[in-house]
Amino acid sequence: MRRFSWFNATALTAGFAFLYIPMIILVIYSFNESRLVTVWAGFSTHWYGELFRDQAFLDAAWVTLRVAFVSSTIATILGTMAAYVLVRGGKFMGRTLFSGMIYAPLVMPEVITGLSLLLLFISIGLDRGIFTIILAHTTFSMCYVSVVVSSRLVSFDRSVEEAALDLGCTPFDAFKSVTLPLIAPAVIAGWLLAFTLSLDDLVIASFTAGPSATTLPIKIFSSVRLGVSPEINALSTILILIVTIGVISASLVSKRRIVQQQRDEQMAEQAQQ
Amino acid sequence: MKPAAKPAEFAPWLDPNETPLIRFDGVTKRFGDFTAIDNIDLKIYRKEFYALLGPSGCGKTTLMRMLAGFETPTEGTITIGGQDMKGIPPNRREVNMMFQSYALFPHLTVWDNIAFGLKRSKMAKEEIPERVKEMLRLTRLEKFAKRKPHQISGGQRQRVALARSLAKAPKLLLLDEPLGALDAKLRQQTQFELMDIQEKTGTTFVIVTHDQEEAMTVASRVAVMDNGKVIQVDTPARIYETPNSVYVADFIGDVNLITGNATLKDEGLAALSWAEGQTEIIGTAGEGLSAGNATFVIRPEKVAISAERPEGMNNVVQGRIHDIAYLGNISTYHVALPDGTMMKAQAANNRRLSRRSFTWEDEVWLSWTDTAGLVLAG
Repeated sequence: MRRFSWFNATALTAGFAFLYIPMIILVIYSFNESRLVTVWAGFSTHWYGELFRDQAFLDAAWVTLRVAFVSSTIATILGTMAAYVLVRGGKFMGRTLFSGMIYAPLVMPEVITGLSLLLLFISIGLDRGIFTIILAHTTFSMCYVSVVVSSRLVSFDRSVEEAALDLGCTPFDAFKSVTLPLIAPAVIAGWLLAFTLSLDDLVIASFTAGPSATTLPIKIFSSVRLGVSPEINALSTILILIVTIGVISASLVSKRRIVQQQRDEQMAEQAQQ
Repeated sequence: MKPAAKPAEFAPWLDPNETPLIRFDGVTKRFGDFTAIDNIDLKIYRKEFYALLGPSGCGKTTLMRMLAGFETPTEGTITIGGQDMKGIPPNRREVNMMFQSYALFPHLTVWDNIAFGLKRSKMAKEEIPERVKEMLRLTRLEKFAKRKPHQISGGQRQRVALARSLAKAPKLLLLDEPLGALDAKLRQQTQFELMDIQEKTGTTFVIVTHDQEEAMTVASRVAVMDNGKVIQVDTPARIYETPNSVYVADFIGDVNLITGNATLKDEGLAALSWAEGQTEIIGTAGEGLSAGNATFVIRPEKVAISAERPEGMNNVVQGRIHDIAYLGNISTYHVALPDGTMMKAQAANNRRLSRRSFTWEDEVWLSWTDTAGLVLAG
């Protein structure tokens, strides 16, 4: 055990203060009675009620969730397929080029992605709305999925798939009953990543959204420009709560997995006669 | 120990009427510029335990992967049971493989691992549990049926892999370094288990290994490979006693090599002049030996060591003991001959240490009979 030291304590406090004070202030003011954001006028949940009566916000939230769900699902399917072909497809013409091209959008400035998509939609005469946002989000998030899934594919033993073929699986059956279950954690992680990216995205969505569909980040951003309302604070607090629950449950799951693993190792040791 | 009756009775390769299960005819495999398999012809018979032995990179694994269907020959044909295997994918071959890494399905239990292939075969659903049970019994894994692969020990995993590959009762079972991951003691025990299982099931086994002791122990015939070529195919005893080349003699077991100039003599013998002022060495002439450069090969245990010059022997040399490797049951004496050549002689230690007659720097006589060694070309 390290001894308590003033330096450590100060560093810790300063670091966490830097990270969390803005959020704490936001959460506190979301319970403010007053309409003025910076003046405390007593505790109230008034703005939460107001938020849930504001149809525009609810609509935007609903659009965001639908976009995130659909685009991350399509991106996961496409990204997994791309990763599988690039890692397992053997050598084919232009493989290096293709794998480079999969990663390129990761470093592409979002403004450029958004702008190019906007130009594409205009030139093919596609009306902007929820559909175009879904397309745009699928495009940029499938790269992330592909990166996550291919790193998993690279790390696991190829001979497991060969064993499946050897035991009578068709290539598709082998993928379905062996490869997919083994890469499932990466596929799920990729889906979650795509989902969060889509929820979070402001830049690309603002290029590709139309008057018929607005996502929550666009709605928040545009209403803040007219002045911060306590409603936004309430909304943000809810979002923080959701994220916190997500993080805590994820760490609980992984902790349980570690415990399970230790138990398995003990079992394997005992099995040794 | 091998059952004594087996080698005498089981020799289908000597029977001209027997049709081989597997035939390689002029098979070549290239990866780009690299030739992994170079124009190989092989015949493997039913119920054989056939070992492909060679150093890493000699092409033995490629040969096996071509049988499984994971690689296709660049040239030549492979037939299994009379059927040309060209264009037949792994899943439609009656061949199963046990992988070096075992390649167990980590998300399935031992039971489901073994049943995996059966569920994809024509076997009726009701019969599967019975067959899985049989396999579990054969490999003594009944207790672990519900465990996942990471919940059992390495030796048990090896047995699951074996059970899984045997479950479909394949015509041919391929084993890729099956015992490589086990420790020495477990490996020996498992070698005998493998032989036992091979005999019980009557399956043809082809094993790939770089461990010559393992190949000698389990196999009915051994194919020694080097650089994509098969150098010699024969029973373990014949590979050891009558290697067809210096490479095989040197690869299998311990051997003394003496180079010199050969002349052919009567009764299948040859003489080798090897050093000035020394009498010629007499040995059995190897197949296809002609006069000229040759190498005399003799196993250390066939070289006798004595303090007095033995009478009536043609092959006698004097030397000085340079080193003694005491291995418990036997000792290997490294004897320096007058011209500097080192020769190894082995003697059983049937006396206690204190009563043994030789020690360092002793002058000794080495001798061997006319037929104990081989004179091989090259």
